[in-house]
Amino acid sequence: MENGAYAIELKGISKAFGPVQANRDINIAVPRGTIHGIIGENGAGKSTLMSILYGFYRADAGQILINGKPTAIPDSQSAIRAGIGMVFQHFKLVQNFTVLENVILGAEDGPMLNSSLAKARKTLAELSQEYELDVDPDALVEDLSVGHQQRVEILKALYRQADILILDEPTGVLTPAEADHLFRILKGLKAQGKTIILITHKLREIMEATDNVSVMRRGTMVDTVRTAETSPEQLAELMVGRKVLLEVEKAPASPGAVVLSVQDLRVKDEHGVERLKGVSFEIRAGEILGIAGVAGNGQSELMEALGGMIRATGAVTLKGQPLPLSGKGADGQSRRRAGIAHVPEDRHHHGLILDFTAWENMAFGYFNEPEYQKNRLLMDNAAIRADTAKKMETFDVRPPIPGLQAKSFSGGNQQKIVVAREFEQDPDLLLVGQPTRGVDIGAIEFIHKQLIALRDAGKAVLLVSVELDEIMSLSDRIAVMFDGKIMGFRDPDTTDERELGLLMAGITGKGEAA
Amino acid sequence: MDYATFLQMLDSTLRLATPLMLACIAGLYSERAGIFDIGLEGKMLAAAMCAGAAAALSGSVWWGLLAGIGGSLVFAAIHGVTSITFRGNQLISGVALNFLASGLTVLVAQSMFGQGGRTPPLNGPARFQPIALPFAEEARAIPVIGPFYDEVISGHPLPVYAAFAVVALTWWVLYRTRFGLRLRAVGENPAAVDTAGVSVVGLRYAAVMVTGVLCGLAGAYMATALQAGFGKEMTAGRGYIALAALIFAKWRPVAAMWACLLFGFFQALANRPDVVEAVVQVKVPVPFLTALPYVLTVLVLAGFVGKAIPPRAGGEPYVKER
Repeated sequence: MENGAYAIELKGISKAFGPVQANRDINIAVPRGTIHGIIGENGAGKSTLMSILYGFYRADAGQILINGKPTAIPDSQSAIRAGIGMVFQHFKLVQNFTVLENVILGAEDGPMLNSSLAKARKTLAELSQEYELDVDPDALVEDLSVGHQQRVEILKALYRQADILILDEPTGVLTPAEADHLFRILKGLKAQGKTIILITHKLREIMEATDNVSVMRRGTMVDTVRTAETSPEQLAELMVGRKVLLEVEKAPASPGAVVLSVQDLRVKDEHGVERLKGVSFEIRAGEILGIAGVAGNGQSELMEALGGMIRATGAVTLKGQPLPLSGKGADGQSRRRAGIAHVPEDRHHHGLILDFTAWENMAFGYFNEPEYQKNRLLMDNAAIRADTAKKMETFDVRPPIPGLQAKSFSGGNQQKIVVAREFEQDPDLLLVGQPTRGVDIGAIEFIHKQLIALRDAGKAVLLVSVELDEIMSLSDRIAVMFDGKIMGFRDPDTTDERELGLLMAGITGKGEAA
Repeated sequence: MDYATFLQMLDSTLRLATPLMLACIAGLYSERAGIFDIGLEGKMLAAAMCAGAAAALSGSVWWGLLAGIGGSLVFAAIHGVTSITFRGNQLISGVALNFLASGLTVLVAQSMFGQGGRTPPLNGPARFQPIALPFAEEARAIPVIGPFYDEVISGHPLPVYAAFAVVALTWWVLYRTRFGLRLRAVGENPAAVDTAGVSVVGLRYAAVMVTGVLCGLAGAYMATALQAGFGKEMTAGRGYIALAALIFAKWRPVAAMWACLLFGFFQALANRPDVVEAVVQVKVPVPFLTALPYVLTVLVLAGFVGKAIPPRAGGEPYVKER
């Protein structure tokens, strides 16, 4: 009955949004029962391609073959009927529904719920046994951890009898242990004959989990290779179109005097829950302290407290001078004056105003700088524009147009604007949160180089990142945070991902849970 | 206050709570689907005018009811097109429709009947007549319960009973049917509904239309049962009180019924300041009683009485992500 060895074949798929050609003549063939990786920089067209496959967009040209049969996918319903399931990067779950309700939504058996719920309960129990996908069917989704929510998404697809599972950046929010579990699940699914497409920008995951990998660049499919016959270096080169240094080159640190000293820092959120539970550390001049941890374990609060964005208690000194943690002087402006520059974790909410132009954004926080003033009353916009143009050139922001709205830049270039603004202020201490989140590999390389250069110029750097690779390659010392506390400090040269991963899960070296 | 007066108060509470309940449940459908509807007031007003006019012309309350629902549906459809199809601002659309209804109803009624913007007074079969429940007369003899049955439970026009049936039906639809599951989902996370292969637009239109039907019933009741004909601004802010009740009830149908009964009771009190004065021994200004529903709603919103969390996707037009 089944003809053709390919679960999915795309032939000559093209899609344009206005003048932007998001996909150009894409050809790809995914053999049944394999894990197929798709890798590419942001904006390379991966998401567009998958949206076409899931019926969100219709291709301008080209053909989709499912199991050798030409199939039209005008909407998600058709995609589901064709046996395609999708696990999105941002989960499509109803937060205040139970797991069961989320699973049956859109796949109910009839107009009444009771029978559907009973049937789903039975199916779910079978599926969770078969594939290590245990979740409590009656739990509310909002009470589940991110890893479990992802399992609900996979269960949703399997409940709809998906044969082909597409996962978009599935490990971005998982701990290393959760990610390992996910890959075990995927291998189990593959063993049952399911076909899996894994979209990711993490080369390590591609190498670990996939059978074949397709590389996309600027809307075209550059190459498809067998994973066993390639290397991370080759894939990175294919993605960017030139050789990329995956390892950050840096000289050994030569730490100087203590710049930042933090003693027993505590933060409570608006519900009175303690998010930061007594954190203490020091950073010296010419040193990068990396904070590793799964998102949501107090790293954001640490950054915001030091950046003057939220109130905290404890004792913090900068070059021996105490920093106020609440009340007067505990604001971003005072912090900047004290010599702290801050690249916030969430550039869209705290780093930029997307509707404003690049030059307006470049001046945020520094409007009062003397070189930006025309006289006592007026700002010197021309000076800001000129300064912006200069910084854009130094930081290779593309396109280098100061008058362009921030939202018109790609994610990587938006981040370069923020980084340029903060790095160029000659701070004593630099707070850097998720510097390369959503940034493509070429820009990552650049930002990393700049960070090292700043360190070598004798600045103290506090780096928060959920990317363990980034923390390991940049930091001179690593602190691991879990549940609002620092679980321990490690030397990047003597530790490994396994040890850090355990600390990130709250398990100390002696094996007991904290 | 003696027992007879108390029963009178409850009786008028039921009659006054009915349009609130219908409008409140109407709003519940729309808002649970993620479409804010501040235009309940306008829809009720349009329905009241259409119902009053049709009942006066045909002499039948049923034509009045049909016309009322029709008028309300037209307004609901406009709100649907602006906020779902064209992704406009739902609050602005609602406010605009309220203004439109406020002016248009008087204009049409005046040009049709020339009676100062009113529709002609209705009587007989052009109005909903009280329905005497079985054994109401006979039950009077039973102490306490008997008069309660006769005075409060029995003797209301059909829409009063319909309103309670609508509450029960809505609870069942919302929590026991596929449509209800999808409706609640689309107000919380339309992307989840969309990726599950269900039409967000279709669901939202369905919800807005249900809102139109129920507002139509509420408005028709105002013009053909509570009063005998349409009069200028006769809904008198009931659409807003219904919205307040919806928030007070945290968007849950049974709680909405209780909230509307409570607010209906306040309205009954405002109609009888003499009773209030006799009970509390102080002269309470009527505006204070009228304002009570809003005061309570503000307290709820401020978090004093539990927490009112609106449907998460409420007010936001759904745009597919890349």
